[in-house]
Amino acid sequence: MSLLRVNELSKGFGGVLAVADLSFTINAGTIHSIIGPNGAGKTTLFNLITGVYRPTSGRILFDDVDITGKRPYELAALGMSRTFQNLQIFFNMTAVENVMVGAHLHLQPRLLPSLLHLPSVRRRDAACRERCLELIEFVGCGKYRDADAASMPYGALKRLEIARALASQPRLLLLDEPAAGLNATESREIDDVIKRVAAQGVTVVLVEHDMKMVMGLSDHILALDYGRKLAEGTPEEVGKNPDVINAYLGAAN
Amino acid sequence: MQMKARTTGLAAMAIIIALLPITFPNPYYYDIADTALFNAVLCVGLNLLIGYTGQISLGHAGFFALGAYASAILTLRWQVPPLAALLAGAVAVGALAFVIARPILRLKGHYLAMATLGIGIIIYIVLNTEGWLTGGPDGLMADNFTVLGWKIKGDGSWYWVGGGLLLLAVWLSLNLIDSPVGRALRAVHGSEVGAEVVGVNTTHYKVLVFVVSAVFASVVGSLYAHKTGLITPGIGSFFRSVELVTMVVLGGMASTFGAVVGAIILSVLPHVLTTFEDYEAVVLGLIMMSTMIFMPKGLVPTVMRRLRRRRAAA
Repeated sequence: MSLLRVNELSKGFGGVLAVADLSFTINAGTIHSIIGPNGAGKTTLFNLITGVYRPTSGRILFDDVDITGKRPYELAALGMSRTFQNLQIFFNMTAVENVMVGAHLHLQPRLLPSLLHLPSVRRRDAACRERCLELIEFVGCGKYRDADAASMPYGALKRLEIARALASQPRLLLLDEPAAGLNATESREIDDVIKRVAAQGVTVVLVEHDMKMVMGLSDHILALDYGRKLAEGTPEEVGKNPDVINAYLGAAN
Repeated sequence: MQMKARTTGLAAMAIIIALLPITFPNPYYYDIADTALFNAVLCVGLNLLIGYTGQISLGHAGFFALGAYASAILTLRWQVPPLAALLAGAVAVGALAFVIARPILRLKGHYLAMATLGIGIIIYIVLNTEGWLTGGPDGLMADNFTVLGWKIKGDGSWYWVGGGLLLLAVWLSLNLIDSPVGRALRAVHGSEVGAEVVGVNTTHYKVLVFVVSAVFASVVGSLYAHKTGLITPGIGSFFRSVELVTMVVLGGMASTFGAVVGAIILSVLPHVLTTFEDYEAVVLGLIMMSTMIFMPKGLVPTVMRRLRRRRAAA
């Protein structure tokens, strides 16, 4: 069953098409990787899917609902969340508060009850905090639970961002270079977190340069170059594809 | 833990407010204290916008002035009871803030500062030129504040009103910050796109906090009109707006108690510095400059951090 369908999607910046006439489908319950050389349009594609950018043309369907042009917070309500290549952590808050913002949609945030700190608000907040602490444990950031985000190491922040996204209870989670800038140990930790997220039934789409990680994790790979589809298929198929090898290593002739 | 710090802070403030008048040698001190308390309430509201949500307003004196004029006009011209006039003013200012917030808060940084500055100046000009309604540069008289037959009169009574209102404002602000709405506001400050992708409608929250802080300003403006008995357009001037922002920044952004401390210091300091006579403004400027150089996060957050570090070292 397809969870996300992208139809003839294009995005131009000035005269350059960063994503050109791209179509593909992502099935529910899979780990899907998008690969390609730098500037292939991977992050642009992510920004289009998650509503950060508006496409120049084309359609995006999430669960058979047309979501083209919807804003990110509306997509979050439909069950889609993401992380960022360059961290978008709330550095003015603690780790657990960051994750609690992720649970925003499940808290009925209204002004007056919040101003008065009604018992119902406090009760829901306490329960939410417990759930978010579990998520922090789940991604392996337990020892930072009440630390200021600004004082946490980079690798932990990468995982904190995943916990924050999970708190919104997404069905589709998009991870933009989750292993970028991490050392081998930290990469393995992220790899493990992604596997456990997928095991819970969340469909995962990731953009990643770490080929070992991509080949080991993915059910399905989409290779892009210059905003166009280069190849698509299982890791074995894509790994053997001459066009992909060409794009990554240069022509052999 | 947070809950405890909140109760301790509020209790300490209540005790200080209750005991402070013992040290006042003459009624003039009440007048200064009233101004300080009013400014503190206004800054607690403004801090929600500037300190917590990371937006700027250089026009908040305008909302303060609108509240003051609404109360003066409604009570004197149409004999509306003062409390009803205060509420009507707050609703009107809230509605105005709501209408202008949407287009304005799309702007960021310097552009937002310019736009809010413009709003403040427009309000100031309207108060000056629409003499038939506002009395023009001469201003307007306002009567005493009476509620349920009880008349608030004299700086002493206003002190208790201002003190009570400040406690209420601080309580509301501390509540808000530690709630889903408050976390959303702080998330807007931290990363707008990061907040959006987990379901926070950032536009909605920016508009919301702008309206809330404008309503704070309006309510304080209404009370100020009744307390002083005479208001002029000057209370809505650009300099007044800048003064309010300075109070928030000096005390410490994203700190409710910081906003209170900043407001009180900048309200009281000029009176203390009169001993320097001609050099008063210079000394005030020096104090502010050195505070920002040596404590860029503001007074309260810096002092709190040093205390915590000392406790950790001990």
